[in-house]
This record gives sequence, structure tokens and C-alpha cells, in this order.
Amino acid sequence: MQFRGIESSVLTYLWGSFDAVIWALEVNHSMTMKFLVCISKAPDTTSRIAFTEGDTQFDANGVQFIVNPYDEWYALVRALELKEQHGGTVTTITVGEADSDPVIRKALAIGADDAVRIDANPQDALHTASLIAHHAKQGGYDVVLCGKETIDHNGSVVGGMVAEMLDTAYISLALSLDLDGGKAQAKREASGGLETVEATLPVVVSAAKGMAEQRIPNMRGIMAARTKPLNVVPAEGGVQGTAVAKFELPPAKGDCKMVSADAPEELVRLLREEAKVL
Amino acid sequence: MNCLAFIPTKNGQATKAGLEAVSYAKQCGATVTALVVGELNGDGGAGAAGASKVLHMGDNLQDEGQIARVVAAAAEAEGATLVVAPHDHTGRAVAPRVAVRMGAGMVPGVTGLLQGSEVKKNVFSGKAMAHVSIETDKKVVTTTPNAFGVASDGAAASVEAFSADAGEARLTVKGFEASSEDGSVPLPEAVRVVSAGRGLKGPEHWGIVEELAQAMQATTACSRPVSDMGWRPHHEHVGQTGITIRPDIYIAAGISGAIQHLAGVNQSKVIVAINTDPEAPFFKAADYGIVGDAFEVLPKLTAAIKTLG
Repeated sequence: MQFRGIESSVLTYLWGSFDAVIWALEVNHSMTMKFLVCISKAPDTTSRIAFTEGDTQFDANGVQFIVNPYDEWYALVRALELKEQHGGTVTTITVGEADSDPVIRKALAIGADDAVRIDANPQDALHTASLIAHHAKQGGYDVVLCGKETIDHNGSVVGGMVAEMLDTAYISLALSLDLDGGKAQAKREASGGLETVEATLPVVVSAAKGMAEQRIPNMRGIMAARTKPLNVVPAEGGVQGTAVAKFELPPAKGDCKMVSADAPEELVRLLREEAKVL
Repeated sequence: MNCLAFIPTKNGQATKAGLEAVSYAKQCGATVTALVVGELNGDGGAGAAGASKVLHMGDNLQDEGQIARVVAAAAEAEGATLVVAPHDHTGRAVAPRVAVRMGAGMVPGVTGLLQGSEVKKNVFSGKAMAHVSIETDKKVVTTTPNAFGVASDGAAASVEAFSADAGEARLTVKGFEASSEDGSVPLPEAVRVVSAGRGLKGPEHWGIVEELAQAMQATTACSRPVSDMGWRPHHEHVGQTGITIRPDIYIAAGISGAIQHLAGVNQSKVIVAINTDPEAPFFKAADYGIVGDAFEVLPKLTAAIKTLG
């Protein structure tokens, strides 16, 4: 039998060796780079914020949950890009109960290889960090990425705590991340500008806006995500340092005082004499 | 209560956010020892802000993991049960590590004084506040920049040399590029902010925004679409997925006021909205509003401010 003039035995031989090369590359790289990406669920940015049970619990009724944007758009996508460059595996880790599974499946649809869910309701940053670190210690990860903060608690704390618990370097608020010769290079926000830093691996990195471009999962990714491993593990090693006593909504804003577009000097007068901010 | 306040410095002077941390601790009723790692001139301003003494370690440590070791060692040496640091770039990298080293519960970005074991912070990107109870004996908090005043009535503090084992450096700083040539205040710490959005129609029109900002010594910012389209750098994007600010005055021109944008700016003390659309949602969140074209209003506003001298 012939296929476009090439004998099928030759074709088989070519494909066979091609596969072998691919296999060798994958084995070689997966030995070197293991990425762990911390994924948190967060209420959609347009959510109405309300509380229940005497203002002690967030009212999730009717709220759409999403992957925390910093975790998804920047940390996860950059991990996938680095895997594409260097080979390796991308695992996500989430502290949460079963209602976190939809956002974890989304992370898998975007391209993560497998996921770990630590089966606990996260209590505070220390609790989340200690559970993640306890698990990560057994994993031998080269790079642990997280978003710079969640959009619900706005802590910006988990990454630094995980780094201290794992006794690794920590690059906070990173705008870029590259790997070269066992080192991580990044640009990060600093007071009044951007710093270029270099850290030894393993490293924990918190991702700020600009590290990567958002990826929309395609149908193939969504289908594949259904069968990728999502390993639910019991919560071990968790410690808690704080608890929310009560939530409070900000006081309603008063009326907006309108000033004529032809009289900006009147606005300046009001800002100086009434608001006292100029 | 003994408190250790970690204050970042720039050119030997404590940063404003660092001094806010000192005054915050003093207001919480603590005896405050300030810690400076790196270059320091005099007491760096820490005494006036409320510190009784300043511990100084002159080593120029760049790895915040090393700084955290020094902070925890100083807290131990001083018998401090409270550590305060600013919620700025350095504090965010140092404080979580200190909390772990000390076995302390931590509340980042507080906006109220520590009362007993309870402290207030913003959550849901400024759409709500939480009263958080710290359940450990040792406590770490970071202070939201521009949320607290800096006291100036304290006496100069004595400066004592301090040293601790900082361990090995695993992170080094290779370079720095200033984001603004005029050295304007970084957005999270800015007291005055002038911001603009898609209503400006293109990056070539930003001159009128910059002129107003310059006239009132403000920092410039922008909305998300503007930074996504590359008109302005990402670090100028304020909003829920950008930078959260709380200046004394925030002027927004040509920004409609989407809920995500408001989340990042609604802690501003006074908000001014300028928009051609009288129905723009920003007018519901603003204190003062002008319905008008930014291209006409901003230059007039700049001129009116310049006459103040």
C-alpha cells in the first residue's frame, strides 16, 4: 500500500521516530519543571455584595463565582506559557469545598494538567497558606504561582506565607516571569518604578497585571477538562490566626453636587473651601 | 503593649507609608520601636511620628525573606507583641513571612485602629468592610497607605545599632527603572490623583490630563480599557483588577464609572466626575460632577487651579 507515494512502512518508521523524539523531550523536561498554581474562587466582579447570619457570612445567594482574576489571567496562563517553553507539568491547588470544583474545571480547561483540592472551607490567609504549604512540601515544585491578591479578601498574603513555610525565595507583585538556568527572572512593582529581580529556584511568585494575556478555554480544552485528574485530599496541617467577627457595608454616598462646565473655578472653590482637599 | 514598626526608607528617609505605620502603632496605644534596614539619616523622621527609639541595621538587604528574619528577631528582642508594616510593595513581601516566623495572626491592609484584638479592613475591593479578630497573642498588621495621618509632635528618637542573622540571599535586585521622570508619588500612596478613560479618545490626548495633574501635584491614573488598549501603562490602571487607591481627591475624566472601576477608587475622600453623559454611573458615586467635554473642561480646570498659586 502506498500513501502519497511514500511506502507505509517508511511512514510508520518516520512517525515512530518522531514520537520517540517527542517522548524523550517530554521526559527530559518534566524531570525539570513542576509548576503549582494556587487557584481561588471569587465572586464575579459585578456581584452585589451582601451578608447574612447577622452580617457574619457572605451572602452567596445568586452570586456567580469565577476563578480569581489574578490567579487565572496571570498566574495560570504564565505557568502554561513557561511549560510550553520548558516542558513540565502545571498542577493547580485550591483550598475549598466541592462548590469550588466548577472554577477548578475551568482552570483545567484553560490548560492545567491536573488539580488538587484540599477539602476545607478556607478561614483566613494563614489557614489557606498552611494547607497549601503542607501539600506542596511533598510535591517538589520548582515554581509556585499565585495571583497578587483575591478580589474578595484583598489580602496579598498567601504567597509570602507559603514561601516562608516552604523556605524559598518569594517574588511579590511580579509583572513578568522567565526561567533560565535554575533561576527565575522577573520585573516587579516597586515604590516609584519597576525592579528587575533574580531569584533562585524553588520560588514562590505572586502575579500582578501584565504577566500574561487572558486565555479563553476552547471546546477541546473544556472537553478534556472533564477527564483530567481533580484529586480531593483531606485538610492537613492547617492553622488559623484570625476570624471575621462582622462585615459592614459602606455608608450610602450623598448626592453629587453638579457644577457648570463653564465655571470650573467654582469647582476649584468648592474643593478648596467646602471639601478642603486643595 | 510593645510594638515594632518596620519602616521602609528611600535615600535614608522613612517613606510616608512607613511613618504612617509608626503613627498608627502609637495611636493604638503601643510603645513603638521602629526598625530600619538599610541606609538611614538621623532617626529618619520616626521619632516625630511617634517612635520611642529606632533600631538600625545598616546592611542593604534586598531579599525580603532576609528582612523578615531581621524584623522577627527585632520583635523578639523588644518583646513586641504587635508588628506593624505599611501595606506597600515592601510590606506586602515582608509582613506575611514575619507572621509565619512569629506564629502570629495577620490582618493586611487595615483601615482602622487595633482595638483589643479587633481591627477593620476593606474587603470585596472596597465594596465592604470586615471587622477581623486576631486570635493569637502576637499580631501582625499592615496599614493601608494614606488611610492614617502621620504625627509630627514626637521627640527625636534615639538610634541603636541592631544586627541579626539574616540568612542567605535568594533574591537579588538587578535593576530599577523609575516609572515617572518627575518622581511623582506612586499611585497607592498618592494624596491627589487625576485619571482619565476612553472619553479621551486616544493616547495622544493625555497632555491635558498630565497638565492638570502637574498643576495640582497629582499622580495620573487611568481606567482598565485604556491600559488594555495600551494607551497608558498597566501600572496606571486603577480599579478592581488594577490598583486600589484612596487619595484625598480623585478626579475622573471621560470614565463612565463601571462597578469594577468604582471598587478601586471609592475609598477616595472626595471624588470629582467629568463626563459628557449626564447619566454616567460615576455621578452616583461622585461628590462633585461636571457634565461636559473633558477636552474643554480639563484645560479650564488647570487654568483655574494655577490661579490659586
